[in-house]
Amino acid sequence: MSMSHFVLPTLTLRFFPIWRRQWLVWRKVAVPAILGHLADPVIYMLGLGYGLGSLLPEMGGTSYIAFLAAGTLCYSSMNSASFESLYGAFARMHEQRTWEAIMNTPVTLDDIVLSEILWSATKSLMSGVAVLIVIWILGLSNSLMSMWMIPLVLLIGLAFAAVGMIMTALAPAYDFFMYYFTLVITPMMLLCGVFFPVTQLPEALQALATALPLTHAVDLARPLMNGAVPTQAAFHIAVLLAYALAGFYISLVLFRRRLSR
Amino acid sequence: MNPVIQAKGLQKSYAGHRVVDGLDLAIRKGECFGLLGPNGAGKTTTLRMLLGLIAPDAGTATLLDLPVPQAAREARIKVGVVPQMDNLDPDFTVAENLLVYGRYFGMHDSEIEARIPDLLEFASLTSKRDAKVPTLSGGMKRRLTLARALVNDPDVVFLDEPTTGLDPQARHLIWQRLNALTQQGKTLLLTTHFMDEAERLCHRLAVMDNGKLISQGSPRELIESNIEPQVVEVFGETAGQWANAHAATYAQRHEVSGESVFCYVHDAQPLVVHLQAQSALRYLHRPANLEDVFLKLTGREMRE
Repeated sequence: MSMSHFVLPTLTLRFFPIWRRQWLVWRKVAVPAILGHLADPVIYMLGLGYGLGSLLPEMGGTSYIAFLAAGTLCYSSMNSASFESLYGAFARMHEQRTWEAIMNTPVTLDDIVLSEILWSATKSLMSGVAVLIVIWILGLSNSLMSMWMIPLVLLIGLAFAAVGMIMTALAPAYDFFMYYFTLVITPMMLLCGVFFPVTQLPEALQALATALPLTHAVDLARPLMNGAVPTQAAFHIAVLLAYALAGFYISLVLFRRRLSR
Repeated sequence: MNPVIQAKGLQKSYAGHRVVDGLDLAIRKGECFGLLGPNGAGKTTTLRMLLGLIAPDAGTATLLDLPVPQAAREARIKVGVVPQMDNLDPDFTVAENLLVYGRYFGMHDSEIEARIPDLLEFASLTSKRDAKVPTLSGGMKRRLTLARALVNDPDVVFLDEPTTGLDPQARHLIWQRLNALTQQGKTLLLTTHFMDEAERLCHRLAVMDNGKLISQGSPRELIESNIEPQVVEVFGETAGQWANAHAATYAQRHEVSGESVFCYVHDAQPLVVHLQAQSALRYLHRPANLEDVFLKLTGREMRE
């Protein structure tokens, strides 16, 4: 690996035409895409929320389905960003060679990686807002504080998109992403307080959960949905930002190495 | 005037293997320059270094008077690229491909929209304006890739094997368009392994093998300086035996390839008279061409 791969990224507005490209593709499939964003999280939330919720008097001071609503928002944002930054970006880099076409113009790899992360975060934002609207319609959150979920799902999107890009930079083929989903994404969904409070876990698993970004997302989301100010908000935000920045830098270094051939 | 593209002592190795080995090039404004070489000769790596997409291990390069890769981004504002493999956007129509690509050069939508009709006309794709890319034929895709490379009105166009995989009709149309571009004063740098393409399009050529330039000049110069002017090809089951016995008598140089013998001569007359008497052999007498030069310089073994 050459030293030039480690240079800090040059950030410019040149990422924007690439973002617009993705937007133009997405617009062509907008309706099925939105339904796709909604179906999985809403079915989980309603099924578990009402089904399991009827057996549980309350959780964390609210009904179980309201408890689940905050977690659902977080994990569905995580999933949208992860899918886009893995499968979507890999297709554009490897299969369609879209990146190669773009790099022949004045746009650089730094701009491309930035735009991919921002685009995946945009998908998180869109799916998060769609789920949030369902939550509001069902009356599962009545607080104005829940509006803060909009920037939060964007931040969750940035963190998971950036980490996902590391996988994309390393992936030889699509199959590789199965490992990431089964070994990283699914465990996070189960360990980070989406379905039950992290404090229910044995101490070792609690310590692990604290290191994972989704825990910090849920710790921010749950109070906001209930109209409370999250404790240690700055710390949780800082952890998510750190994942986003580290993921961006590490993936960029790896992409530079991969594409310098 | 400074050369539009210049390379001095370019070197690049991958995993200890030297892919480009001390390459010097100077391409003048308005010329069509061809880089020839067998697969793996280092042509694509050379193009990528000249575009500033990869950094050389040693040596320097300039593109439109700007050092690359240091100022590659600025240089590429006035460069168009037709890559070896199509990388059009499959989700978009023909016109959308041009619009989206123009934006990468910082052009405004109105500016690009104004150019699209001319670009489509140039590529003979006017009627396909709203067709999706997957519905286009191979030749149409290549022409769209060429139109896309011209969206920013470049001064220099890089073409990496622009006609590989096309049928003769599609190739001829691409050639016509490339000739039109040189007439407009654009500088073209193309790689190819079709010798007829190189001979027809290029003002100057360089033959590359194992990362080095082994010969350079106009198609005519390359033929004159590297090879005897006449070729007699001899075919037949006994051609090999015939070559052992007689070829050296009549030909300055000869090569046996399967059941064919290629005889390179200054004066073909005595050989032709001799062959007319050999009933078991057929022969073809023709002037030497670029393919003969290429095979002489790079050998007949397969490269894979």
